[in-house]
Amino acid sequence: MSTASDQYYVPEGSHWPIIAAGGVFVLFIGFAFWMNGVGAGKIFSVVGTLITVYLFYGWFKSVIHESLSGKYNTQVDSSFRQGMMWFITSEVAFFAVLFGALAYFRIITLPYLGGEGFLANSHLLWPEFDATWPILTPPNPEAYPPTEAMGPMGIPLLNTILLLTSGATITWAHHGLKHNNQKVLVVGLILTIALGATFMGFQAYEYYHAYHALNLTLNSGVYGSTFYILTGFHGLHVTIGTIMLIFIAIRSAQGHFTPEKHFAFEGVAWYWHFVDVVWIGLYIFVYWL
Amino acid sequence: MTAEALDNHHDHGPPKGYKRWLFSTNHKDIGTMYLIFATVMLFLGGGMAMLIRAELFIPGLQLVEPNFYNNMVTNHALVMIFGAIMPAAAGMANWMIPMMIGAPDMALPRLNNLSFWLLPMAAIMLIMAMVVPFFGGGAPVATGWTLYPPLSVQAGMGMDLTIFAIHTLGISSILASINIITTIINMRAPGMTWMKMPLFVWAWFFTALLLILVMPALAGGVTMLLFDRHFGTSFFDAAGGGDPVLFQHLFWFFGHPEVYVLLLPSIGVLGIVIPAFSRKPLFGYKPLVYWMGFLTALGLVVWAHHQYTIGMSVAATTYFMIGTILVSIPIGLMLFNFIFTMWRGAMTFETPMLFAIAIILMFAFAGTTGVMLAVVPADMQYHDTYFVVAHFHYALIPGALFGLYAGVFYWLPKWTGHMYDETLGKIFFWWTTIAFNVTFFPQHFVGLAGMPRRIADYSAQFTDINIISSIGGIMFGLSHLLFLYIIIKTVRGGKPAEAKSWEGAQVGTPGLEWTVASPPPFHTFTTPPVVK
Repeated sequence: MSTASDQYYVPEGSHWPIIAAGGVFVLFIGFAFWMNGVGAGKIFSVVGTLITVYLFYGWFKSVIHESLSGKYNTQVDSSFRQGMMWFITSEVAFFAVLFGALAYFRIITLPYLGGEGFLANSHLLWPEFDATWPILTPPNPEAYPPTEAMGPMGIPLLNTILLLTSGATITWAHHGLKHNNQKVLVVGLILTIALGATFMGFQAYEYYHAYHALNLTLNSGVYGSTFYILTGFHGLHVTIGTIMLIFIAIRSAQGHFTPEKHFAFEGVAWYWHFVDVVWIGLYIFVYWL
Repeated sequence: MTAEALDNHHDHGPPKGYKRWLFSTNHKDIGTMYLIFATVMLFLGGGMAMLIRAELFIPGLQLVEPNFYNNMVTNHALVMIFGAIMPAAAGMANWMIPMMIGAPDMALPRLNNLSFWLLPMAAIMLIMAMVVPFFGGGAPVATGWTLYPPLSVQAGMGMDLTIFAIHTLGISSILASINIITTIINMRAPGMTWMKMPLFVWAWFFTALLLILVMPALAGGVTMLLFDRHFGTSFFDAAGGGDPVLFQHLFWFFGHPEVYVLLLPSIGVLGIVIPAFSRKPLFGYKPLVYWMGFLTALGLVVWAHHQYTIGMSVAATTYFMIGTILVSIPIGLMLFNFIFTMWRGAMTFETPMLFAIAIILMFAFAGTTGVMLAVVPADMQYHDTYFVVAHFHYALIPGALFGLYAGVFYWLPKWTGHMYDETLGKIFFWWTTIAFNVTFFPQHFVGLAGMPRRIADYSAQFTDINIISSIGGIMFGLSHLLFLYIIIKTVRGGKPAEAKSWEGAQVGTPGLEWTVASPPPFHTFTTPPVVK
């Protein structure tokens, strides 16, 4: 729905976009140099990261300032909401690609490597290969050493419970915000942050365990590859979500949000729920099945 | 349809100096920057094409190393697609969509500026990727724009820079698409209902939707590539249980809709230009919107027709063949709608209209070769030959580039406040169209005769046709100097343009762009205009 107001709002010129573009450039150039062992790579990466941090801090600060001084009408609010919605849509598409890759390996590549289908021939190259998922011994174990599987019980189950609970606590906080209950809002957010941080702690421990006890590494063939890219990108999103939640909690404590107007809270809450749903997919398809 | 309450009393001019451009939150200035950037990239990519055609002028290796040649082929595609056509279409979207729908600006003006400034950064990364092999950066990126592993896993540092350039371009595209789609949904003036929107706005709505859905596939694919290159994963290595074919699926899940991303804005321009110069409302406006929606949906599910020869199952190839042939239905219907718009219209043939008519003819031709390529057994013969090269240049140069030219000539009076030189415009049209056909039409024949693409040398029996093609190519390249001259001349002066620059500009479903002065004030609408 179009939500035109009486007077349009267009922000004045801003230096943040060009700093953002420059930051992305320095960061990516740094990564590319670093990966190829060029000396300046590390410095560029660090500088790029610093620019990015400064950028997010500064850009959001100016937006929060504008928001608090009442410059945003309902149309701007609606634009922010829709922008966030479409951003999450593209994030969903990104995770769909990662899940799609996992499905492709299991449904199409694995039987093919096991000799199924009229074109299959790799079983001539690797006759020992046992085509079952998870692939614990890759076709060529010299290039990609064998591993043990990561089960669904223990830490992954605990993490599922943690994240699901955090979805409930953030809804509780939202409930408090809508009923103008500052205490419920802040406590709900702090609980959510604590749950998110605990999740990340467990995840870090799980990675440590996987690397040292199970020999499940990035180099463990496609099982390790998909395991780490899916849980890794999810973990990155949890980290970003937690950082955003911390800022939202600080702003809540300062009374920035009203029951009517709190897009920043809702945007982060949507993001958190999205991260939650992705985890359920991960738990089912990566750990369990 | 009129716009009321055009209150420009509070209008203040643009900021002075570099700040106007670097810190811009103005959709017109950002649109202009997009268009200038696209023109620069058009000449860069065109220069690479000239080098390619010069090398292919006669058989044998004359000018460049084969690896460098393949690098040129790769970057010609990347620069033209991501640097020239997409930014040009985005520049037009920036300029026109807010004015058409009566919005003050894009929904998220600062994000808009970020979307633009990421592009020059990505362009610098791509140029660095081309340069580093000369400074000990390993093998150049010689994979073609498809970046298929295992070759792309083996390339040197240029590949990493290309991957990060693609990431940057992807971020830029997604942010721009989010902005455009939010603008269209949220910023329409009161009374500008969905089915009153100009077709160009509809076209960009579907384009932005496609980009948001498929850009992440490319991002995911090249991220896995990066991991395979540096972090020991085996996504695309069968020795670890992976599969190089997966990359092709990911790439083309992005790559095929990308063709419609390039195409749809031009279809939108046709939907504006043809009614204007036929002085008749668009024939079947609503169905045209539905065809575009249908095309968008189909575009998402037919990607693997680019990979018939990889050894898919018969069921899969059959599905992709039928799906691909189905694409000809919405496209054919669109072309019929345009032809029926012209039927019994009071037609005049200004430069934009000439381009529009030529597009219908040449794009229909590309559609015909497209159906040939969609047929699996036939494609087994055509795959990776110059027939494919001829096909997609017929699809993309008329289908995307010429559509944008039509838009440039149609809207130049609005943008600059001056009419362009009609005689020069017509000369440019005939020159570039004839040169284009001389370049690419003969390539169908060498392709059918078996000349493979992406190779710096060829067998002697293909010489005659390649000479014709190269002469056409150089002519095509030179025609763009005239294009540049016309633009610069129009920007600097010429006959003043009226607010309604074309007699038929308000026919059918126009936007509000013709109700404001030419050139429009720095801020078009400060209060919402009412559309009746």
